[in-house]
Amino acid sequence: MNELSPTAFLIAAAVKVLAVFTALMVAIMYATWAERRLSAFIQDRLGPNRVGPFGLLQPIADGLKNIIKEETDPATASRFFFVLGPMLSIMPALVTFAVIPFAAPLPTPWGAVDMIVADLPVGVLYILAIGSLGVYGIFLGGWSSNNKYALLGGLRASAQMVSYEVGLGLSLIPVMMLAGNVTLTRMVADQQLGLWYILPLSLGFLLFLISAFAETNRLPFDMPEAESELVTGYHTEYSSMKFSMFFIAEYAHVITASALMATLFLGGWDIPFWSGDNFIPYEGGLISGFTAAGDPIPAQLSIWTTLLTLGAFMLKTAFFVVLYIWVRWTLPRFRYDQVMHLGWKVMLPTALAYVMLVGATILVLDQLGVSGGPGFALALTGVSLVATAMFALYLDRGRIITGAAPAGRAARPAPAAHP
Amino acid sequence: MAISVKVIRRPEAARSSYLRAALKGMSLTFRHMVNPRKVTRSYPEEPTELHPRWRGTHRMEVHADGRPKCVACGLCPTVCPANCIRLVGGEDDQGNRYPIVYEIDEFRCIFCGMCQEVCPVEAIHVGQHFENAEYTRERFVYDLDRLMEQEHPVTALWDPSDPASE
Repeated sequence: MNELSPTAFLIAAAVKVLAVFTALMVAIMYATWAERRLSAFIQDRLGPNRVGPFGLLQPIADGLKNIIKEETDPATASRFFFVLGPMLSIMPALVTFAVIPFAAPLPTPWGAVDMIVADLPVGVLYILAIGSLGVYGIFLGGWSSNNKYALLGGLRASAQMVSYEVGLGLSLIPVMMLAGNVTLTRMVADQQLGLWYILPLSLGFLLFLISAFAETNRLPFDMPEAESELVTGYHTEYSSMKFSMFFIAEYAHVITASALMATLFLGGWDIPFWSGDNFIPYEGGLISGFTAAGDPIPAQLSIWTTLLTLGAFMLKTAFFVVLYIWVRWTLPRFRYDQVMHLGWKVMLPTALAYVMLVGATILVLDQLGVSGGPGFALALTGVSLVATAMFALYLDRGRIITGAAPAGRAARPAPAAHP
Repeated sequence: MAISVKVIRRPEAARSSYLRAALKGMSLTFRHMVNPRKVTRSYPEEPTELHPRWRGTHRMEVHADGRPKCVACGLCPTVCPANCIRLVGGEDDQGNRYPIVYEIDEFRCIFCGMCQEVCPVEAIHVGQHFENAEYTRERFVYDLDRLMEQEHPVTALWDPSDPASE
């Protein structure tokens, strides 16, 4: 496949921006629908099922309602920042998705179009940078509302997001070390050739998962919102579409974090056990792998592989979105000091130690001459599994699973064995 | 039913588990999520089951020839604790008493069912009906024709020989 001409590149980029933005907004709509339906199922209810088949038009009805609702402006709010808050909140949430590759390249008469809005060489760093901008919107919204609950919510949001930013960044360093770069497309290609990073970097995945929950302000880390303590935290004073924008931002963060986890740890749009979807940039062309003799096999692009890989990517992302919802309706909220304890005293040292461990393992394997290949990945998998087991043991050693057992039953001694 | 208070001794936070407890809770919620048995009743499609002595809006029994069974004795407006029944009685050529005006204000009614209990000819009844939405408040004063038109089942009276309705 030949390269795109500059005009074709511009047109393709514009189309991709529009398509990804639309798809993301639709995904956000249906994430709210899925949240409500799944939460209902978990609580043995049915959830919204009246508007359209299975309630599928419910998000549209909600959006219409939010647009035509009256907007209230608190008299004591700082008007400029009050309006700026939702804007600053929604913008980074939507922009982050630009660097996530979502399918195999699409063959067109004008050349192969990469299925990514912007193939930035600094993809992961861009996501970390933009993702941390989200806190400004929340904090500005909380501060400018001139409401004590909103202020506390904003304060908590900034403290929590700054804390977990550290864990998030550190848990990504092993990924970068393993991939050897920070470009998301290269990471996907690397995972297609070898193992998905969830196996060689299982502890990194666990830490990233926990940090991502905290970064997106979802339960069990929804300190900034905390309905039962802070009314709804930073968006207490917001109504109609401004409130909706905070909401859209939250779900956009959820979907982006899910897509990021799918890309970084579950191989992105890779379909497992099938080399037909491998499109690895190699010496100026795309290859699908190497023959046993080490010769590159040229990749066969087709619209069907693009669609299939898009499906695989959506499936993986949806899995994490469902996981987010599932966890939200299972776990209770942490106390504020527990969040800080977990962030600074558990996550940070573990992530640091894990960076050292992965770095040392890679160094040792390099010294032994095993760089790349299945042996390298398997050795890392083993080391990471041991580390994950130790982490789980450290977190849970001697601790009770039963949260609130009846006093009598917990204290009852084991029945004496009959002779 | 007596209220029973279940005292649960919670373990201190430092001793509760992070990962195992989370996984345990998630397995529980997953079982509920996939369990097809839900408690929600899809109301208009699945009508509510009413008990035999459930008391709703009124209905007037009619004779085979279409006259109301009411003999305008005046007992129901007398016994009505909410004073929601307006009755003006009349007498025809044969000396039969009949209601000229019989109105029940369903907004004032407290659905105690005493009109049904006191009626000597089993003419006025409270019924098993509650879907009464109207566009104006005036429509909630049911006149005689309206009461005679109602077709819902009537409420069963309390039977002293079977106090628990078994």
